[in-house]
Amino acid sequence: MALTQPKLDATEARLAGLTLPESRALASNRAEALTRLRAMGLPGRRDEYWKYTRPDTLVAPEAAPAAVFDTYETPVFGEVDRVKIVFVDGVYDAEASDNLDLAGVSIERLADAEGHDIHWSKDLYGVLEARGQDPVDRPLAALNTAFATDGVLIHVTGKAAKPVSLIYLHADANSDAILHHVVRLDAGADLTLLENGPAAARFNKVLEVDVADGAAFHHVRAQGRDHERRAATHIFARLGAESVFKSFTLTANGVLTRNECVLELTGDNAVAHVAGACVGDGDFHHDDTVFITHDALNCESRQVFKKVLRNGATGVFQGKILVKAGAQKTDGYQISQSLLLDGDSQFLAKPELEIYADDVVCSHGSTSGAIDEEGLFYLRSRGIEEGPATDLLTLAFLAEAIEEIEDETLAAEILARLEAWLARRRAG
Amino acid sequence: MLEIKNLHVKLEEEDKRILKGVDLSIEPGSVHAIMGPNGSGKSTLSYVLSGRDGYEVTEGAATLDGHDLLELEPEERAALGLFLAFQYPVEIPGVGNMTFLRTAVNSQRKARGEEELSAADFLKLIRAKAKALKIDADMLKRPVNVGFSGGEKKRNEILQMAMLEPKMCVLDETDSGLDVDAMKLVAEGVNALRSQGRSFLVITHYQRLLDHIKPDVVHIMADGRIVKSGGPELALEVEHNGYADILAEAV
Ligand SMILES: Nc1ncnc2c1ncn2[C@@H]1O[C@H](COP(=O)(O)OP(=O)(O)OP(=O)(O)O)[C@@H](O)[C@H]1O
Ligand SMILES: [Mg+2]
Repeated sequence: MALTQPKLDATEARLAGLTLPESRALASNRAEALTRLRAMGLPGRRDEYWKYTRPDTLVAPEAAPAAVFDTYETPVFGEVDRVKIVFVDGVYDAEASDNLDLAGVSIERLADAEGHDIHWSKDLYGVLEARGQDPVDRPLAALNTAFATDGVLIHVTGKAAKPVSLIYLHADANSDAILHHVVRLDAGADLTLLENGPAAARFNKVLEVDVADGAAFHHVRAQGRDHERRAATHIFARLGAESVFKSFTLTANGVLTRNECVLELTGDNAVAHVAGACVGDGDFHHDDTVFITHDALNCESRQVFKKVLRNGATGVFQGKILVKAGAQKTDGYQISQSLLLDGDSQFLAKPELEIYADDVVCSHGSTSGAIDEEGLFYLRSRGIEEGPATDLLTLAFLAEAIEEIEDETLAAEILARLEAWLARRRAG
Repeated sequence: MLEIKNLHVKLEEEDKRILKGVDLSIEPGSVHAIMGPNGSGKSTLSYVLSGRDGYEVTEGAATLDGHDLLELEPEERAALGLFLAFQYPVEIPGVGNMTFLRTAVNSQRKARGEEELSAADFLKLIRAKAKALKIDADMLKRPVNVGFSGGEKKRNEILQMAMLEPKMCVLDETDSGLDVDAMKLVAEGVNALRSQGRSFLVITHYQRLLDHIKPDVVHIMADGRIVKSGGPELALEVEHNGYADILAEAV
């Protein structure tokens, strides 16, 4: 179908400001992504998939400025022994980054790898993204594949001795960053990937993960903290037999966040969990869009999303479980809930199930509610002030999502960030 | 300690009068009991004292050691030493009993300008108090009141009271739903706290609890008023004859 004129114009206006990076190994991957993008056009306000979230600022030729948030805050994951890789406004910072040697893992920068004639990432870079374009267009991800300026390519051959930690600092109020990472886990390999930081005024990020048979991938990310930042992120993952994929995201602040997660369970007995907790205030708009395809026997998927919203904040959840014919014994669970701390905030949810197999168990639920007044009074009657009592109930509401983080140290880190955020909100 | 004068209360949302002039004076160290038919306003009195939303005081006053209770937030009343053991303790999914109690104890200490209890001291204290009430470690770890049996919830209320060491304790039907042994445990818990500076207001339907916790004064509440007060023998009279005679006499 031909693109409408406004869509065509918007797409070309955005492309006019971008240049395809020099590439040898991945030149055709990038060129194909550009072709895909031109065929679908950038998202517009009328697109069904963008009904609840306005894509305008994400597709505009220029990033809207975002003030750098300079309040001192203890960075998340500070207590975790990890390999740190730092990007400032999307630019790799060698000084601040650790040595990339890690037993069981090979880590390269995208910008370096592309200089080679051939590279393993050719089989994955933009390939999982392209698979994720069906049945729904994800043009911002295609744009990312074509124009990403850097990223990391991680090949995991064994059990990684420690987590790899991507740290995204934001220093320039006008920065516009596009990063693309690829993680390939060989059979039986095991990696934990951490991500944190505001990254840029506008951030477009794609993470492609290929989880081979029996491999395990754990992902914990904390999207902070600058109030005016905008981000569109995509995760594309393919899961082999008996593999495990678990991803958790905490989001606090940011005027606009769209996190898409597209998972494909292609091997029997695979397990995929994706969870998110977000706390938003004021002109905060947060969108979780998840698409999980079951295409193998006896797989389990879980989606657990919790949003705390106040002062007019908006939360969006679009989550779909697609069970293909033959994907028998699928166990699919999806829950999305919001806690609205006032009448101005809103939660828009579109849960979907599409099932073509007859022997499956799938459940989904979505709720919106206010703070439990009975519980609040009970806590206050024991001497806990209204603010901290509300925080206790808020954390209790978020608990089911945080419990999705398997590693206790990481869960504690996330909890501490949340507690600090809530306390800071109260301090004003 | 607690002075209630001509207290009139209606529902905030509708024009329904519930308390119609309650007078009550509780001296330090004493135990008062309130009995009365269902719907007479006993729980409402306890809620209004502790500051729950939804009620409007149209007349009268309530003070604790001279502090105007009705002016204060629920947490401020608690910090002054007021405690309500709820008739229906609230379940709070996701908040661990232990976390809840430690936050409560330390909030009150902070409000009173005292030093917070260390984690270790708190643990030692709660273990000892829980043991006396036969509350096991598992119940302490579970979310507040979630999945607790009726009797366990009531014992949990008494545990909170023991930890918070309030000076004015209001017990709203803490005996209902308790088996004979649990009733004894609860009564022992209360008796252990009885002291010169601490008073109790025990709301109950049954004489049995009052066998264990000997009251100094018994009040009968009916239709939003205290219609009769007397010694422990008044409770026995209710037990034997019901309320009919007392109410007829009061009219
Ligand atoms: N929030 C409310 N909404 C409507 N009615 C209420 C409310 N609170 C109290 N009432 C009414 O006020 C009256 C007094 O209720 P309250 O719970 O104080 O009685 P009680 O003496 O504690 O009774 P019981 O012995 O059954 O516990 C009842 O008629 C009750 O229905
Ligand atoms: Mg009652």
